[in-house]
Amino acid sequence: MIHFDQVYKRYPSGREALAGVSFRIERGDLTFLTGHSGAGKSSILKLIALIERPTRGRVTVADRSTATIRPRAIPLFRRGIGVVFQDNKLLVDRPVADNVALPLIIAGVPRKEIDKRVRAALDQVGLLGKERNRPTELSAGEQQRVGIARAVVAKPPLLIADEPTGNLDPDLAVEIMRLFKRFSDVGVTIVIATHDVHLVDRFDARRIVLGDGRVAAETPR
Amino acid sequence: MNVGAYVDRHAQTLVGSIGRVADAPVAFLMTMTVIGIAVALPLCLFVFLQNARQAMAGWNDAFELSVYLTKSTTPTRTREVAAQIRSRDDVANVRVILAPQALAEFRRYSGFGDALDALQENPLPNTLVVTPTPAASTAAGTAALRRALRAVPDVDQVQLDTQWVQRLIAIVDLLRRVVWLAAGLLGLGVALIVGNTIRLDIQNRRAEIEVMKLVGASDGFARRPFLYSGFWYGFGGGALALLLVAVAVAWVSAPVSRLAHLYGSGFSLTGIGVEAGAVVLLSSSLLGWLGAWIAATQHIRAINPS
Ligand SMILES: Nc1ncnc2c1ncn2[C@@H]1O[C@H](COP(=O)(O)OP(=O)(O)OP(=O)(O)O)[C@@H](O)[C@H]1O
Ligand SMILES: [Mg+2]
Repeated sequence: MIHFDQVYKRYPSGREALAGVSFRIERGDLTFLTGHSGAGKSSILKLIALIERPTRGRVTVADRSTATIRPRAIPLFRRGIGVVFQDNKLLVDRPVADNVALPLIIAGVPRKEIDKRVRAALDQVGLLGKERNRPTELSAGEQQRVGIARAVVAKPPLLIADEPTGNLDPDLAVEIMRLFKRFSDVGVTIVIATHDVHLVDRFDARRIVLGDGRVAAETPR
Repeated sequence: MNVGAYVDRHAQTLVGSIGRVADAPVAFLMTMTVIGIAVALPLCLFVFLQNARQAMAGWNDAFELSVYLTKSTTPTRTREVAAQIRSRDDVANVRVILAPQALAEFRRYSGFGDALDALQENPLPNTLVVTPTPAASTAAGTAALRRALRAVPDVDQVQLDTQWVQRLIAIVDLLRRVVWLAAGLLGLGVALIVGNTIRLDIQNRRAEIEVMKLVGASDGFARRPFLYSGFWYGFGGGALALLLVAVAVAWVSAPVSRLAHLYGSGFSLTGIGVEAGAVVLLSSSLLGWLGAWIAATQHIRAINPS
């Protein structure tokens, strides 16, 4: 599903965030991307979602080299990827239902269908009944789950999450990870960047450890 | 994507943009008022000129040439000359005013009665008042007629009293061009005002646009609500301008009627009219849309999630 082949990423500042990263993630895998702060975890996710482009090397997502995707085609490409952010990136002045519906509205899904799928997604993250609330009226964990509902509502085959449990207490973090595990069980490919090693230890999943812009370790392989 | 969903989405954003506008009513009203005034200025000038042309349309009939015959011309010869002039194609009517009659009229209207009594003889000649046909009531037509009349035997002088009317018409025609120029410039101004407002709006919603792009929105999709906002700005400004002009017309209408009455004219001020009003509303809406389109296209492209 995802293939990095000798990928380099140098930011305009001159900082080399990735220096020859290679790995492969198969369809339906649940993969944790770990490593110290500044190791390049977020950079990898940005390259997958085409928020950034590699300086060198080849990134392949869903059998497509991202180098062949023109700027005009990026929106359509991104509709195939669900993204969860550490800071949620929710629209705070819109109700929860509108936030979750956004990918469907963008994809031009008919109204009646949208309502149905939004409720299904909120049900999956245990937030049914909060449709009319504003995100600011929810707890941090609930907001994170709204972000997850938005990421999965359009049923993308690939889900990427950057520090999805970053500012949650340990119990809540485990709960969110279990949620991801459930999506992975139904065949969604999932990549989660996190520096929380203890949390990762509790799950039986593939792990790619980054260090200084390189793959330092990979388990299991 | 099917047509129903497309229409649905447009309807959603159109209504949604009213909601946005309602979020910041003061800012919206300010922008709308600026646009309203910008549109109202050329519109007022337009209404003024429209009325001026209408008023002067009546004056065209009043084009007349005074033909003064030489002092020695007899009344009989005067009538012969009148008949000769009347037979011309470009002449509608000839009125004969014999010298004694002219003197009586002058005495009555001028107030110089006593001074005239002091004169030994009537200083006024026999006079013909020539009215050209409507077709000849133009600057060129009356000038040609004047030349022709001068060449008639026994004619001393030909005077065209109404040259100033033609000058006025020429000025009004010039001002009409000025109106179009002003309308063009202020139309550009409207697009710029809306564009700038939309630019600020986009800056305020930068985070929101970033999120939309992250979940797969195209630039066109992110732009759409701003286009509708631009439309509403233009529409609101145009409607306000029409209101301003209507108020202005109502305000000066009574004094204008009184003035016209004093001059023995039944003229009364007309407003902008339904058709022109619709054109104003449509074009200001389109200008708002256009200004928003230019600003949104440019600034949304520059926003990229990071
Ligand atoms: N937009 C950017 N411009 C310049 N340098 C950047 C940019 N983004 C990241 N970097 C640098 O690249 C390196 C890797 O950053 P990245 O965000 O990928 O690390 P990370 O593993 O996600 O770290 P963290 O755990 O702190 O989130 C860092 O040194 C960072 O300073
Ligand atoms: Mg990071």
